[in-house]
Amino acid sequence: MAAIAFKPGTYRDDFTFRNSEEAIRHFPFPFDKDSYMYAVNIEQHMPGPKKSATEFPIDVDEHYVAEMADRAMVLKEDPLRCQSQPHMITAEWDLLELLMSSMARDYPEHFALLRDGDRWHWINRPLGIEHRFTFGDTTTLPYGPMEYITRQCQGDFCLLDQRNDNLWMDAGIVTTQADWSLDFNLGMDFMEWHGPVPLAHDLGVFDRALKFLLNLQQGRPVRRLNWTMTVNPRLDTSPENYHKWGKDRASVTPENVGEKVHLRVELQALWRLPRSNAIVFSIRAYLIAMREVVTVPKWGRRLHRVLESLPPELVDYKGLTRYRDYTVAYLADYDDGAPTSPGFGPD
Amino acid sequence: MSGGVEIRVRVAEAEPVADGIKRLRLVPVDGGHLPVFSGGSHIVVSMQDGERRIRNSYSLMGSPRDTAGYEITVLKTPESRGGSIYIHEHAKVGLELTISYPLNLFPAAHRARKHLLLAGGIGITPFIPIMAELDEAGATFELHYAMRSAKLGAYADRLAERYGRRVRLYRSDQGQRIPVGDLLSNQKLGTHLYVCGPERMIEGVVLAARAAGWPGENVHLERFVAPPGGDPFKARLARSNIEVEVGPHTTLLEAVEAAGVDAAYLCRGGVCGQCETDVIACDGTLVHNDHFLTEAEHKAGKKLMICVSRFKGRELVLDL
Repeated sequence: MAAIAFKPGTYRDDFTFRNSEEAIRHFPFPFDKDSYMYAVNIEQHMPGPKKSATEFPIDVDEHYVAEMADRAMVLKEDPLRCQSQPHMITAEWDLLELLMSSMARDYPEHFALLRDGDRWHWINRPLGIEHRFTFGDTTTLPYGPMEYITRQCQGDFCLLDQRNDNLWMDAGIVTTQADWSLDFNLGMDFMEWHGPVPLAHDLGVFDRALKFLLNLQQGRPVRRLNWTMTVNPRLDTSPENYHKWGKDRASVTPENVGEKVHLRVELQALWRLPRSNAIVFSIRAYLIAMREVVTVPKWGRRLHRVLESLPPELVDYKGLTRYRDYTVAYLADYDDGAPTSPGFGPD
Repeated sequence: MSGGVEIRVRVAEAEPVADGIKRLRLVPVDGGHLPVFSGGSHIVVSMQDGERRIRNSYSLMGSPRDTAGYEITVLKTPESRGGSIYIHEHAKVGLELTISYPLNLFPAAHRARKHLLLAGGIGITPFIPIMAELDEAGATFELHYAMRSAKLGAYADRLAERYGRRVRLYRSDQGQRIPVGDLLSNQKLGTHLYVCGPERMIEGVVLAARAAGWPGENVHLERFVAPPGGDPFKARLARSNIEVEVGPHTTLLEAVEAAGVDAAYLCRGGVCGQCETDVIACDGTLVHNDHFLTEAEHKAGKKLMICVSRFKGRELVLDL
């Protein structure tokens, strides 16, 4: 496959992040019909269509270098975005193996992993990193294994320990989150960290999801899509930095909706890890501006209908209250009332 | 497919380790590597015995680091449904079998201050890789291993040699018993207890732990039940619109699979919950043999774990 042309772009201050036409086609649009309600929308994490976000288990795209630079800035300001309890060290090594072996296998122009027993040699060309280390020996890496590899991989990662028929968020790196905090959630169980989600508890969604995940098998990862919206292409919409981004919501006007308002989709995947029996929960955020969404006519029509019919509880929970009406009005110009085809992809 | 990804393996070693106990080493047919696993994991082995497909779960007992091959130990149980007999009679070097990916329903609790392991007979197998893991991590553990006689104590010498005073052996033919009561009432806070062995032993330890005031979450049981046989019965599968006959030595799940219906399963031992099936109509008695549903759910009669449970009566209709 052709090498990826990595694009510059910032996720703060001047917000120069843009999607190329190719990146727009790559975007994991999350709505397969014209309305939205929670569902246990979990499916096997099988390879998707070529050039889609699910073509490979770990997706690397044109924003890779820019995103890694943003992650480094977040960690420098707030080291608590990356935490791990001592019993999670085996899971950290499992994660390092999963990410390195996937990236090297699927993007050989950019990454290489050479293994000789426990002596590993990792090459990351886009970031100019080459390192030899001993698998299992943390003293041979500049950071812990989870932090080392996730400073080189797009997306947030949480490591979930499985015990007492529950999952516990006991390690993670979280710098691109939709208003939740690893520091706050660390050590919580599955029901605790899903506590704030409205409606879904009554539907029994989390009971079923937990039961399913406790039996998650090695070799059979699963995925789901989640979504929200963000003003400005900002990856770090954390509670810790609410004072920086909360006020952005009031900056939306009918004139700047297309530029400022972004659909933010999380491609979430879960893998059973082999040595630790832990689960890794990956949350990869993709951003797309409204003016980019409407370049795909089906997506423009559908997003208009989804936002217009969204239940009020979800409008509040997703933090859209202040700018939903402007966004619906903007998208109305791109909805001619024509029927949309089933499925996620462009027509 | 409903049991997950399958791997073709070949028997590379088959040797007796004790009376009626055989160890198999399984290597991938394609010559590659098998998945790394965690101590306490099991695999489901599929065997083709003539017309009959037998699927049995076995604990992995080799080193978790050894990805060139998996090792399992099989006790010959003459009254069983045939899987162990098939392995004892047919599993010679070169035989090809299909296995599932490893699944762990008996993992070590990595936050424990100390691990107290109680094994009875063939129940020793999951503890072998667990101990290797704990030893490597520098964790504190103690194994108490009960067997009927020295001849029936698989791997006892090897384990005693490797772990020294951390392993205690008990031979019932010499009147030795694991002093469960004493052990359980003298452990430091943060100790986790693990039991794998015959059902009677597990029940005894559970009662003793409760009596000694152990918190439930510190007690871990590996209680795979070999699916018990029973009187033959029929079941109607509503969605597939067929009727299956379940023989005295087959299970409902096996009968469903033999009829070509793809039912979900993982452990085939009544523990994981994957094969939970809704009962649409039942004119008779459900015979629950699982450890997954609660007592209330057993009484309610709305769900059946088809890998181990059976039915007595006139008509059973399942949502399959």
